[in-house]
Amino acid sequence: MINVKNLHVYYGLIEAVKGIDFEVKEGQIVSLIGSNGAGKSSTLKALLNSVKKTGDINFLGYDTRNHKTHTLVQHGLSLVPEGRKIFINLTVEENLRMGAFNNDENYEHLRDTMYELFPRIKDKRYQLAGTMSGGEQQMLAISRALMGEPKLLMLDEPSLGLAPKIVGEVFEIIMRLRAEGITILLVEQNAFAALKISDYAYVLENGKIVMNGIAKEMIGDDTIRKKYLGG
Amino acid sequence: MNTLMLKKEQWLKISFVAITVWFIWFSNSHFDEYTIRILNNIAIFIILAVSYNLINGVTGQFSLEPNGFVAIGAYVAALLLTSPEAKQYQYAIVDPYPFVLTLHANFVVALLLGGAFAATLAACLSFPVFRVRGDYLAIVTLGFGFIIKILAINVPEVTNGSLGINDIPEFSNLYWTGGIAMIAVIVVLNIINSKFGRAMKAVRDDEDAATAMGVNTFKAKTLAFCTSAFFEGVGGGLLAALLTSISPDLFDFFFTFQLLIIIVLGGLGSTTGAIIGTVLVMGGSEWMRFLDEPMNLLGYETTAMPGMRMVVFSLGLILIMLFAREGVMGKRELTDLLKWRRKGGK
Amino acid sequence: MFMQQMVNGFSLGSMYALIAIGYTMVYGVLRLINFAHGDIMMVGGFLGYFGIAVLGLPFGAAVILAIVGSALLGMASDRIAYRPLRSAPKISLLITAIGVSFFLENAFNVFFGGVPRAFPVPAYLEEVVDFMGLTMPVSAIIVPIITAFLLAIILWVLFKTKYGMAIRALAFDVGTVNLMGIDANRIITLVFGIGSALAAVGGIFWAVNYPSVEPMMGVLVGLKAFAAAVVGGIGSVGGAVLGGLIIGFTEVVVIAFFPELGGYKDAFAFIFLILILLFKPTGILGIDFEKSRF
Repeated sequence: MINVKNLHVYYGLIEAVKGIDFEVKEGQIVSLIGSNGAGKSSTLKALLNSVKKTGDINFLGYDTRNHKTHTLVQHGLSLVPEGRKIFINLTVEENLRMGAFNNDENYEHLRDTMYELFPRIKDKRYQLAGTMSGGEQQMLAISRALMGEPKLLMLDEPSLGLAPKIVGEVFEIIMRLRAEGITILLVEQNAFAALKISDYAYVLENGKIVMNGIAKEMIGDDTIRKKYLGG
Repeated sequence: MNTLMLKKEQWLKISFVAITVWFIWFSNSHFDEYTIRILNNIAIFIILAVSYNLINGVTGQFSLEPNGFVAIGAYVAALLLTSPEAKQYQYAIVDPYPFVLTLHANFVVALLLGGAFAATLAACLSFPVFRVRGDYLAIVTLGFGFIIKILAINVPEVTNGSLGINDIPEFSNLYWTGGIAMIAVIVVLNIINSKFGRAMKAVRDDEDAATAMGVNTFKAKTLAFCTSAFFEGVGGGLLAALLTSISPDLFDFFFTFQLLIIIVLGGLGSTTGAIIGTVLVMGGSEWMRFLDEPMNLLGYETTAMPGMRMVVFSLGLILIMLFAREGVMGKRELTDLLKWRRKGGK
Repeated sequence: MFMQQMVNGFSLGSMYALIAIGYTMVYGVLRLINFAHGDIMMVGGFLGYFGIAVLGLPFGAAVILAIVGSALLGMASDRIAYRPLRSAPKISLLITAIGVSFFLENAFNVFFGGVPRAFPVPAYLEEVVDFMGLTMPVSAIIVPIITAFLLAIILWVLFKTKYGMAIRALAFDVGTVNLMGIDANRIITLVFGIGSALAAVGGIFWAVNYPSVEPMMGVLVGLKAFAAAVVGGIGSVGGAVLGGLIIGFTEVVVIAFFPELGGYKDAFAFIFLILILLFKPTGILGIDFEKSRF
């Protein structure tokens, strides 16, 4: 579904991503794991052309090079950003509306679907989004992204700042999404949780891919175990 | 450290001082009155520009203060330099307060007091403005300029209101203006290259990171602001003693705007740039006078359009910001250019 | 007499409020102090003058010309001068805004001359009526009424329409709005359009009440209006209105009771600004950007 070749990402004069190749096939869950600062978030932002980059990105058969972020989102590439970035000054329902801004006909149907999938946020539908707990905000962020009916959903550190039990819930939801036919690209520091649900994984270190393979095999790998899974 | 390079910098500084001194002497004895007047203006504006650059360019805090502080320095100097008889004679709206008549000082003291007064007011403004995210500095300084003008008009017992103060003795000449300009440039460069200057640049580049690194951002901003104000006050005093006549209208927003164009054109953050910018703008301004007059455009006679010059100025500023934001020098100084050449360019 | 000053205070305060709203909205989405905004008010007044005195339009049509023209000008200034600098350091934007402001003032100065032009006020506005026991010209009375009406419209747009919601979302974070598949830049331009339209109305009100237009008329008014926005709570439309009313009232009432302070009239806004920065920098309505609604 998306094919990335020779991606470099720059913040000013600093090169955060130094030439990586990867791909995500339709229906897969693919993870980018690695420690803090490895370049994972930068990669996701680069796929949406939000940061300065060079490289070839092919999404759904076309070259994304000169497209603006919002156009790519309209074509089915969606991101749940790091830190969730829900509109805290808007209500829960308004957040969902923002996700389906360009989709007036389908909005109500999509919204009701989200409320079925995430009953907890339905209870708070008229509350200001900033008043919700971390886990609820994460649900909201994901459902807001889903309102855009994405073909490829990217999640940037969904487990960040969440209690282990909530992390489990979130990852279950991600697996359910794949069952609904959404392709997932996941960036995570919590390597274990990510590898458990993924089909394929890439390991990023200092802006380069140092290892990649089938996720289940990587859980058993010694180097991975020592570095990212706590021995 | 390459000793040859070190020596080169010393030579540069010595030759700068020597050339400036020689130039001042030469101009004074060889140029006509018109040119000398322009050179005096340039010298004063160099003082104003390099200090305005300190808060705007080096510390990155957008401020619109010059017209206010220059006015303060000018009025203080005017009050201290004008003779009691001249004051008695010209205060026409109301009688001056008695203390106004007794105010007297020599030139140096008058300039220093003007600067000190301005710096003190700057310190007072610093407290409410820099305490919060400095976004409001621009509006506050803009308003400050208006307030000073309002005060100048509404306290005629001190300032002679809209009539202004005239018959100020003409103490300024190229030795004073050029000499103080030289001192100002040296002082400002020393500040920039000191630990204070590094703090100011840190604030400009990333205030949050600077705070995280332990830089006292409030102190850095206040220091830059008050130093700017001081030299602007001194410059104001020099201006008063050059024009021999000042009034509230003189220190309007266009005064600040001219300085803004100067430092942007020269390169925000570069002292060398401020000097270059001053020469270009003051020279260009003189040259552009023709825009305000009737013109012969390809055989078509236009009428006089006063203000056209300013339209061109503002368009120029917008174009610079859109297409050449760095100005002539960017953030670099003359010494940086020479270093580059030695290292073979990087 | 007191009631009369109250109405005058409301009137002046409403004009400041209309202009303050534009400042606060642009600041809310871009964190930019749009120095050129006060000059848009001037443009509105001049377009009205131009429509009546030069084109011979009826008053209503001239007002529409003023509003549409100013809105277009405001949106154009965003597209041409501010949008290219979205990712530039903030100071570049502020300098450009000053440049646009100065350009507008001097361009109008060159083309219309600096001498104030008398604004041709239609007779029905100059009529003096008996309103709640006062005798006042219609022009002074309708200002607060129309302003309240416009304020209601703005609040309705912000809280009950899709695009108003997008504007509020922008105030939180511009990048995230793009992630929704929305072109944030277009919404920003819309904000400029709305703010400029309101400023134009303020300009017409000013031209009708004072009654003249001149190129520098937006300078001091703009400064005070921004101070009003800060005093009331920057980023909040309600705050802008509150700040405008406070400053307008103070100017009128203090001068009415202490005419000897007349020369200091313009200083009040500045004093309020300094006080608010000293004691409550977020403004009276204290909008905390982390938790706010517009």
